[in-house]
Amino acid sequence: MSVVSRQPEPDIKELPQSPPSPSGYWLLFTDYCRAVGSVLWKDFTAELRSKELLSAMLVFSLLVVLIFNFALELDKAARENVAAGVLWVTAIFAGTLGLNRSFAMEKDRGSLDGLLLAPVDRSAIYFGKLLGNLLFMLLVQAVILPVFSILFNLPMLKPLLLVVVLLGTIGYAGVGTLLASMAVHSRTRDVMLPILLFPVAVPVLVAAVRASGAILISAPWEDIGPWLNLLIVYDVIFIAVAFMAFDYVVEE
Amino acid sequence: MEKHMDKSTRTLQILNVVTAVLMVIATGLVFFYAPRERVMGEVQRIFYFHVPVAWDSMLAFFVTFIASIVYLRSRSRWWDMVGSTSVEIGLVFTVMAIVSGSIWARPAWNTWWTWDPRLTTYTIMALIYVAYLMLRQGIEDPDQRARFAAVYGIVGFISVPITFFSIRWWRTIHPVVIGNGSSSAQGGFDMTSPMRLVFFFSLFSITVLYFCFLANRLRLEKLAERVEQLKAKLLSA
Repeated sequence: MSVVSRQPEPDIKELPQSPPSPSGYWLLFTDYCRAVGSVLWKDFTAELRSKELLSAMLVFSLLVVLIFNFALELDKAARENVAAGVLWVTAIFAGTLGLNRSFAMEKDRGSLDGLLLAPVDRSAIYFGKLLGNLLFMLLVQAVILPVFSILFNLPMLKPLLLVVVLLGTIGYAGVGTLLASMAVHSRTRDVMLPILLFPVAVPVLVAAVRASGAILISAPWEDIGPWLNLLIVYDVIFIAVAFMAFDYVVEE
Repeated sequence: MEKHMDKSTRTLQILNVVTAVLMVIATGLVFFYAPRERVMGEVQRIFYFHVPVAWDSMLAFFVTFIASIVYLRSRSRWWDMVGSTSVEIGLVFTVMAIVSGSIWARPAWNTWWTWDPRLTTYTIMALIYVAYLMLRQGIEDPDQRARFAAVYGIVGFISVPITFFSIRWWRTIHPVVIGNGSSSAQGGFDMTSPMRLVFFFSLFSITVLYFCFLANRLRLEKLAERVEQLKAKLLSA
């Protein structure tokens, strides 16, 4: 590449483009999925080798549960009332650790630029990162839930509760991944993420806590259903907005 | 350039005078024309400020939302300015709405504050826009700052309709004066026609006040930018 060459680069938009055939769309889709998968796989293998994030999130979650145990006088009635709240506060605090790390790591090692240079749609990077964060948060919760049910003496491993945990975590990680990608560029980045994320994530948190609480006391479906619907609606809205906005965040 | 500046300054002065006159008339109407409410008495007059001010805060954040979208499409510095200044003004109105609401709630609900969903969501909305300003302060590159702020202005605004509709989603004691209120609302009342007149006049004046603030704040921002340019010119010379 020489500096003096002033050859106009061929404009991609000028090239004749025929709409892809159905199999062409399918190819584009599998390509996209492969890009998402490789970002996820990269994060996962990096984590498998260091294990620093997962262990930190796990220990942190256990500490939060322990601190709540001392901070609140937990007799049986109180336990049933606050269990859902404690569970979700633990989940979102631990989640913040993971979200913060996921982009801070990329930025510190300079690998974010490399990632952005990859010839894939930028949103594939977002979804890969989102799935990575989701995976780590769910892994932590897979450990926390059984521990929780022993410590709080409550049946936590109900299928419906697992659905709520999944939906709530998706919503939280969805908006969290977008905001973490912005917070990492700010001067006070570790402090910035919770400040940006918590007020926006409150609706997800309220719906998740209400739904989990209702499930824990085996409330009828009428008390659970609307909150589940709310969670699904939030997940769809937040992920759609993040999907559209992510391009503007990472552009250079 | 000079002539153009003069013209916009003149328009701004007219807007300032009109706003001042409107506010004086509105205050006069509220205190001397509006009838005394039967159950709550004089304290109900706060309503004529509280609701328009709360409406203004929503309007301000809506303007930020629109300005954010337009900024991301057009990349014009002006829209970024509109977005950020509107948040500042919106926060001022938010504080006014919370303070006036508290003063009303003390006699009407017998408490300054309650964890009513609407109040709570309103506070969360205020925190979102405080976070918006903090995000702006934390980022040095002007283009990046504008882009991130615009994205957050859009994401954050999703909470505003939640605030508005929360009164229907959750059980609440906050009264709904316009439209149908929930049956458990306390402190609601029906407006008589002089009350309605005063209310809508007040709503109109305080909305004009918002645009007056916005225009003045934008002028200030432009002048600050001009000062920066002159400083840079002076230093380089």
